[in-house]
Amino acid sequence: MKQEYTITVYTENHIGLLNRIAIMFSRRKINIESLNTSPSEIEGIHRFTIVINEAEDVVKKLVRQIEKQVEVLKAYYNTNDEIVWQQLALYKMSTDKVIADVKVERLLRKYGARAVVIRKDYTVFETTGHREEIDKLTEVLGSLGLIEFVRSARVAIINASSGFYEKLQEFEAEKPGEEIVENEFLDKQDEVFSM
Amino acid sequence: MSNTILIEKDKKNTGKEKPAAKRGKYAKGAEITGAQAVVEALIAENVTDFFGYPGGAIMPIYDALYDYMDTLNHVLVRHEQGSIHAAQGYARTSGEVGVVFATSGPGATNLVTGLADAQIDSTPVVCITGQVFASLLGTDAFQETDVINITAPITKWNYQITDATEIPAVLAKAFYIARSGRPGPVLVDITKNAQVQKFTYPGYKLCNHIRSYRPKPNIREEYIKEAADLINAAERPFVIFGQGVILGKAEKEFQHFIEKGGLPAAWTVLGLSALPTDHELNVGMLGMHGNYGPNVLTNECDVLIAVGMRFDDRVTGRLDKYARQAKVIHLDIDPAEIDKNVQSTVPVWGDCKETLPLLTALIWQKQHTEWLQRFKEMRKQEEEVVINDELNPQGEIMTMGEVIRVLNEICGGDAVIVTDVGQHQMVTCRYAKFNHSKSNVTSGGLGTMGFALPAAIGAKFGAPDREVVAIIGDGGFQMTLQELGTIMQTGIKVKIIILNNNFLGMVRQWQQLFNDRRYSFVNITSPDFVTLAKAYDIEATSISKREHLKAAIETMMNHDGAYLLEVIVGKENNVFPMVPQGCGVAEIRLK
Repeated sequence: MKQEYTITVYTENHIGLLNRIAIMFSRRKINIESLNTSPSEIEGIHRFTIVINEAEDVVKKLVRQIEKQVEVLKAYYNTNDEIVWQQLALYKMSTDKVIADVKVERLLRKYGARAVVIRKDYTVFETTGHREEIDKLTEVLGSLGLIEFVRSARVAIINASSGFYEKLQEFEAEKPGEEIVENEFLDKQDEVFSM
Repeated sequence: MSNTILIEKDKKNTGKEKPAAKRGKYAKGAEITGAQAVVEALIAENVTDFFGYPGGAIMPIYDALYDYMDTLNHVLVRHEQGSIHAAQGYARTSGEVGVVFATSGPGATNLVTGLADAQIDSTPVVCITGQVFASLLGTDAFQETDVINITAPITKWNYQITDATEIPAVLAKAFYIARSGRPGPVLVDITKNAQVQKFTYPGYKLCNHIRSYRPKPNIREEYIKEAADLINAAERPFVIFGQGVILGKAEKEFQHFIEKGGLPAAWTVLGLSALPTDHELNVGMLGMHGNYGPNVLTNECDVLIAVGMRFDDRVTGRLDKYARQAKVIHLDIDPAEIDKNVQSTVPVWGDCKETLPLLTALIWQKQHTEWLQRFKEMRKQEEEVVINDELNPQGEIMTMGEVIRVLNEICGGDAVIVTDVGQHQMVTCRYAKFNHSKSNVTSGGLGTMGFALPAAIGAKFGAPDREVVAIIGDGGFQMTLQELGTIMQTGIKVKIIILNNNFLGMVRQWQQLFNDRRYSFVNITSPDFVTLAKAYDIEATSISKREHLKAAIETMMNHDGAYLLEVIVGKENNVFPMVPQGCGVAEIRLK
């Protein structure tokens, strides 16, 4: 049975890794509902949060393949009740409309939206929550003069996780390899000898 | 070509001598170019023979190579695809990492088929490609291609170097990743500015650890114990093994295991030669064109023990009709393979070189005489319906099988046999005799036509003191026949048998069986292969009569040099048995 799964991947910060991970989904014709990359609790280690709609069997195999990538430290998958998650949304509305229509204010209050920017011509609100709540608000605001809308990817915390420090220590138990300098050169384009 | 290489070649062909701890030219602290660091890396990794083709973006590396002609043997191929297949052949017979040099753009894209092949067949290869100057990346420069992204899904790892100081550490990492754990291809793309850039050489440090990379999963003792209990309780245990046994260099451990437990063992196409063909517990080949007994009895065994194999669809047929009755023990170094296709009862993660002895220690010394007898009976049935006619045909026209039989008689099972893809590949795998491991070189997972000729060249460089015989169909040979030029130039002594049925035989067989004999574009004409070989200064003969077969193969094997033998075989012969697509293994057809 297909359901929403959140995949959390701890990785090295390596150029090209996003592509390597993304094509593992597209190869299997799986649509990525949401994808977020961010730093993790450990410096230098990145954390991917990927949401897909799939059967557990497929997700399990996929996660093992992801974990096989050289630069991936560990990958987990969780159902929605095993995580705490949020998404952020921004709404741009005409300020006149907001002032004129009491309904808008009531709605924003109901959904816990806050004003981020207030200008003469437009106002930007933000809200955080689950996708369904955000979608609902978007729907109603749509008919009340919504100018622009954007929603961020899901970020999620795994309920049962005790952080990645322990795992990392396990991985580093053997003697660590030499650090590789990342594409430092690209920053110094002018100094590059060219044809 | 230079004389030094020819002399080097003669030395190679008489026996492989690895120059022990060859010293590089530059010590730590020297001012060298990135290109020189690349070549130093090869020396430090103990590379002796490698394959490549120069071009604009890799010229600095080729320039550096000029100073190493006496220590490194670079084989100039005729097409980059040939270089990577040769490196694959080299890796398969030598057990070491194959190395490839190619230029940017078309040079690199020509490696794609070989990379995909090496990825699916777990072959350790390091490809070094040139790239345009870092400042030109993304500008559609001459011969610029986004090689890193093109090759991402078909490499175990890849990396673009844009600064010379990265070269030693990245190459050490590349070799380590290619050869460790489940091996695979690695590509390192080096921009031209990094090749010409001077830097202070930090020396070369071999890599043995990457924090995010675990080549071998930890062995779980409780699973070993559970697996042993299952095997000890089994009445009809059946071992199926793949290339993992060869890649893990665990042939001896494997033999001890099956001998102690009295376990009949069948192989996948890539597992072939890990166990001598005439070992009493070797019951034959698995899969679509495998032997009758192993396929049928897969669905009758009570415990199925899979060692270093990945349950490919060509092995399992329809999964919902595959070994449903059996408890499955799966030994594999790659955790992603466990439960991928077949649900295991006991997963034994780990390197089979380590897990097999642990398992052997816990299983009881046993014989399964009656069970083994079942395999022998089915073998007899198969002989009567298929094998006898294939190996000793009554008809006038020769079969592929009898060519292999005669080759077995002459080589005695000691030769390395390289096959291409198609009917001849299945026939050769079914009938060729092997006494030694690392002797069967073929494109299994990807099924790359055109693989055999270049792979045979590499296989011979990897095992210079062994006979290497390439068996190729008339179709596949024409895909990479330009590598005859490589044979001519290097003087490498490979033997080539073209089994010519004037058809793209495997597709024709399917069209005959499943498409109502609608032979759509399988009728292929060939050039005069003998004249062609002679144009490349390679001895050659063509035969079509049985009475000439033995003498012709003897002449070929005794010839001091490369040799091409074309054998005209039956046009519409089929490979049987066969598990038709969409059928279970037990539904295998004998005719």
